[in-house]
Formats: sequence, C-alpha cells, structure tokens
Amino acid sequence: MNRNEKNNQTFSNKKISAFAEMTKELKMELKEKLVSSFLAFEEEYTGTNDDLHKIRNQAIKDFETIGFPSRKEEDYKYTSLKSVLKEDYSLFPKKENAIEYKDIKKYLIHEIDTYDLVFIDGIYSSHLSSTTHDKIDVCLMSSALNKDLYKPVIDNYFNKIAPKNGLNALNTAFTKEGAFIHIHKNTLADKPIQIINFSTGNESSLLVQPRNLIVVDENSHCQIIERHQSLTEHPVLTNSVTEIFADKRAIVDYYKIQNDKLSASLIDNTYIEQKSESFCSVHTFSLGGKLTRNNLNFYQRGERIDSTMKGITLIEGKQHVDHNTLVHHIEPNCESHQDYKGIFDERSVGVFNGKVVVEKEAQKTNAYQSNNNVLLSDKATINSKPQLEIFADDVKCSHGCTIGQLDEEALFYLQSRGIPKKEASGLLMYAFANNVLESVKIPEIKKRINKLIAHKLGVELGFNL
Amino acid sequence: MLKIKNLHASIEDKEILKGINLEINPGEVHAIMGPNGSGKSTLSSVIAGKEEFEQTQGEIIFENTEISEMDPEERAHKGIFLSFQYPVEIPGVSVTNFMKTAINAHRKANGLEDMPANEMLKKIREKSAELEIDRKFLSRSLNAGFSGGEKKRNEIFQMAMLEPKLAILDETDSGLDIDALKIVADGVNKLRSKDNAVLLITHYQRLLNYIVPDVVHVMIDGQIVKSGGKELALELEERGYEWVKAEKV
Repeated sequence: MNRNEKNNQTFSNKKISAFAEMTKELKMELKEKLVSSFLAFEEEYTGTNDDLHKIRNQAIKDFETIGFPSRKEEDYKYTSLKSVLKEDYSLFPKKENAIEYKDIKKYLIHEIDTYDLVFIDGIYSSHLSSTTHDKIDVCLMSSALNKDLYKPVIDNYFNKIAPKNGLNALNTAFTKEGAFIHIHKNTLADKPIQIINFSTGNESSLLVQPRNLIVVDENSHCQIIERHQSLTEHPVLTNSVTEIFADKRAIVDYYKIQNDKLSASLIDNTYIEQKSESFCSVHTFSLGGKLTRNNLNFYQRGERIDSTMKGITLIEGKQHVDHNTLVHHIEPNCESHQDYKGIFDERSVGVFNGKVVVEKEAQKTNAYQSNNNVLLSDKATINSKPQLEIFADDVKCSHGCTIGQLDEEALFYLQSRGIPKKEASGLLMYAFANNVLESVKIPEIKKRINKLIAHKLGVELGFNL
Repeated sequence: MLKIKNLHASIEDKEILKGINLEINPGEVHAIMGPNGSGKSTLSSVIAGKEEFEQTQGEIIFENTEISEMDPEERAHKGIFLSFQYPVEIPGVSVTNFMKTAINAHRKANGLEDMPANEMLKKIREKSAELEIDRKFLSRSLNAGFSGGEKKRNEIFQMAMLEPKLAILDETDSGLDIDALKIVADGVNKLRSKDNAVLLITHYQRLLNYIVPDVVHVMIDGQIVKSGGKELALELEERGYEWVKAEKV
C-alpha cells in the first residue's frame, strides 16, 4: 500500500477529530451531524475522479432535502428507524483496530476456498483478505474510485440504478469503501467471494456505510456471500448499498447471512439490473440483529430473465426484520420467484412488502410470490402486504401469504412417534423453512444455516443435513 | 395389556366417547367396526393422547399404568403406536431422517444410546424391502406427494421400525387396492407375536380376511355395543349396522 492509499484510508486528520468533538458537544441530531460533517469528509478524501465529487455533492444535497425515511411514508409504516437513529454514532473511526484471524474465523465460510474482502470499521484489512485480478477483479471500492484503470466501469455503473432516496443518497455522499467485483466476459469465478464487514466498536457507537459494486459481464458466473458482524456490545448501524449488474446470460448467486448481535442494526439496500437470459438469485437469512431492513429491487431489462429472491427470517425477543422487495418486469418472457418464510417468537416483528410490477409489454411473464409465516407467541406480529401491479394481459402471476401457528395435527403425528413436543416443533419449523434452503447452491452455506436455525430453535436435529 | 374403563371424551364440549369399555391382552388382535361418526377414530386418537380431545371420565390403563395424563410422546415411548388414517405430510424431512429421529427418541426415553448408523441403515433396508418400499422413497420427504396407498405402507414401515407393544391401525385399509392391502396385511402379520397386540379400526370387513381378528367389537354412537368373534364381522358385512342398532335399542 503506498502512502497515497494509506492517507485515503485513514481519517487521522485533525479537522475531522475536532469536528467530531464539536458535534458531540452540541448533541446534534444524526441528520444534521451527517450533513455538517460532509465538507470535512469530502475535503479529506481527494480522489482523481471529478465526476465522483459531483455525484457526492449532489447526493449530500439530496440527503439534506429528503432526510431519513419516517413512518409517515407508506414503505416505512411498520418499521420505525427512530430508535436506531437516535444513537450518538461516531462517523469516522479513529484508527484501524486489528483483529486476529482466529477470532473471526467462525464468521467466515472457511470450509471452502474463497476470495475474501474483509473490512474492519469500514476500513479494508489486507491481512484478513484475499483479492485477485486474475481474470476477475475482486478488490476495493476505494481503488476502483481512485484508479484510472477502473474509471470506465465506475462511469458506466456507479450509482446508476440505486433509486434516489434518503438512505441511498446518504450512502452515496459518504462512499469510501466496499467491494468492487468485476467478472469479465465468459468467465466463471473460480471461487465464491465473501464480503465481510466487522465492527469493533472501540468508539461508543458506530455508523458504517459500505458501498459495493458488482459487475458481471456477458455469460459469466459468480457467487457472493455477504455478512455484517459486530464484535462489540456497542450499537452499530450499517447503511449499505450494493449495485449489481448482470449482463446477458450472466449468473449471480448472492447469499446474505444476517446473524449479527442484538446491538447491531442493518439497512441493506441492494439493487440488481439484469439483461436478457441472465439468472440472479438473492437468499437472505435474517436471524440476528436488532433491526434489519432489506430493500431489494430487481430491474429486468431484457427477455427470458429469471429473478429469484428467497428468505428465511427466524427471530424472537424484540427483534424486527423488514423485507421490502420489488421486481420490475418490462419485457416479455421473463420470470420471477419470491419466497419468504418467517418464524416469529416472543415480541418480534416481521414485515413483508413484496411488489411486482409487470409493464404492458411484459407479456408471458411468470411472477410468483409467497410469504409464509408462523407466529409462535401471542405477542409476535407480522405485517404482510403483497402488491401486484399488472399491466400486461397474458401473464401468470400468483401471490400467497399465510400467517399461522404450527399445525397441531402435524405436531401430534410427530409426538405419536415418540418425538418430544419441543423437538417436534423444531422439526416442523425446520421443515417449514426448508424449501428456501433447497435452492442454495453452496453446500457449506446450507449446512451453516441449518445449524444456525437448529441452534436458534434450541433443537438437536439429530441428523446430518 | 390395555384396559379401558368407562372412557368418556369430548371435543369442544361435544361428547364423542360415551363410556367405552375395552380389554386387550397380549397376543390378541381386536377389530372395531362401526358406521361413520361412531367415534372409532376418536377412540384411537384418545388412546394415543391427542390433546384436542378432553377425557372427561374413565381410565386408560396400559401395562398396569394409568396413561390418561401422559403426553403423546410418553405413550409412544411406552409402546403405543398409532397408524394414522390421514398421515401428515412433512415436507423437508426425509423418511430416513424422520425414522432416525423417532427411533432415537424412543431409545433416549428408555435410557438407551442412539442406534449406531450402520445398524439403523441395515434395519431400514430390511424393513422397507419386506414392505416392498422402493429405496427411492426413503430419501423423499415424509408423505409429501405420496399416494394414499404409499402413505399407508409408510405407516406400517414405521411400525415395523418402532416395534410397538400396541399398534392401533386407524382405517389402514382405506384407499388401498387388493395388492397394496395384501402387502400391508403381510407386514402387520409378520410383526405379530404373543407379546404385542393390534387394534384395528376399520369400516370394511375386507381387511379382516387378511388380518384375522380374535375379537370384533361394534361401535355405535360412542359406545361399544356388541362384541364377538371374527364371524361377527361377516355378519355385519351381510346385514349392515342397522341390525345392531336395532338390537341395542
């Protein structure tokens, strides 16, 4: 790492620390704090890409105008960000906090060979990562934003599909680091790619805003595993934006493992644009965290495209998970599959807003959406709203939503075979969530999630999965 | 083995069992026949411990122990097995894995270690072969997409694996063609011994040609109104249930 890069990566600038002190004293609201800190941030971070400066300046203006989403907006009606936004977040970590591989090994899918992009408090950790430029680029956003080599890709793709809203604008304004993945034409990425964001929280609370850009060229394949993990009890808020571009016949399989501490909250904004005959799948496993909001949009821009979004939510206590999905069909002969399963115990809250838009020209669209939920307690809540806006007349669209308790007959069946009630419930819930796991293509992920689910259900499944 | 005294049971305040008395000894096969709505399935569910039903009066004594307060799994551990009229589908859990879980649950409750994997596999292969169950079935999800006959055969397969003391077969013959019926009956007959017993709940006499009962009971409107030998079944086949109803009155 040369000195320039090092300067760009750390924030030991006096201006910034002085600023941090000031805002703390004034007890500014988070929004004001962010807007006021932008100038110092932008000044400190001098890249060679002028367009980027323009984009970021516009973004902070947008954020200032739009602000954070509130409950008055339809889309955030059931998910209030108030409690996570009132924390006094440190915006700029003072230094890189070192972590040893042995301490974090368990958070990685280490059973298989992978490329790893590991970030600690928003800063790249080279000793924990493994990047490549051999046929595929698996490297850093900070490099991509600064090096001329990547300028064409950045110019073509950066911030091109993330819709204009408060959270995206905020992330764009403060874009500094994240994953940059470019799979060149006709290439099968030889290993899955893991993107992990750790927070050490040596400051009191931390706001991290990773920005990822993934470009998969014609006829190429890749698999990505993403995870956010706090290593502290201090509150952490992650506002992450990921833009994915899948060119013709590309295949992208994305797995999000959301099993963070109860002090960590995540707003994940993922946008995918697909060209003809491409196949993209996103599996989201929401098991941990205090508040998790997944904004996931697929934009189909071509024919014979397949978009798949699946999720398993398994929460308890006062956890809150909100899945807000959109699939936009604009051309004929495409399909989309949404399958979200949720199990809610104690006072947990689940929200599902699944939108499917089928434009007039999108004839012969097949769009399936289902959201099935099990409530394990009287105080758990689910708000499920499917929205279908269909303007074409030759389509097959279905949506189904169920909210129920465990099937008593099934429970009795298992008990009559000698399986104790607790294990029987666990088995039924595992079975309930299982078909989402069937489509997971990496066996180690399937095993890992199975174990996590079994552990969370407090059940010894008694067999190898 | 099983002594039922004056058993009354209701569901949602409606009384279904109105004073059942029944005694089954080891080595015996009993059949209960009766018209629809007589409470036959309810009786089997109540013996197995289904919580939907409320036992309002009477005793169920299994091997000298009152089991009325026991959970369904406890009754299963004691050796009671219920073959369901409508076996439940459990997508996502394979037949093999389900069987492993059930067997080890039994063993654990009886202070035994888990069955070693190779022993388990051997037993599964043996029993499935006897019931002419294709190996492919074993890795399929339990009862998911199975035909009626396949589901029933699977029930008997589970019975063969669990080796219960008292097997209650609830309308096991419904939905089976003659060939499937023979296979199922063979399976049941193979498991019979002087130490275990079978309680058949059935609508039609046909099954009783293959699994020959020692005692036949007729159940009408929540009570056992007549008991006799296997000839009683033939008589019912010929004369219907009206005759018994008339006699009762």
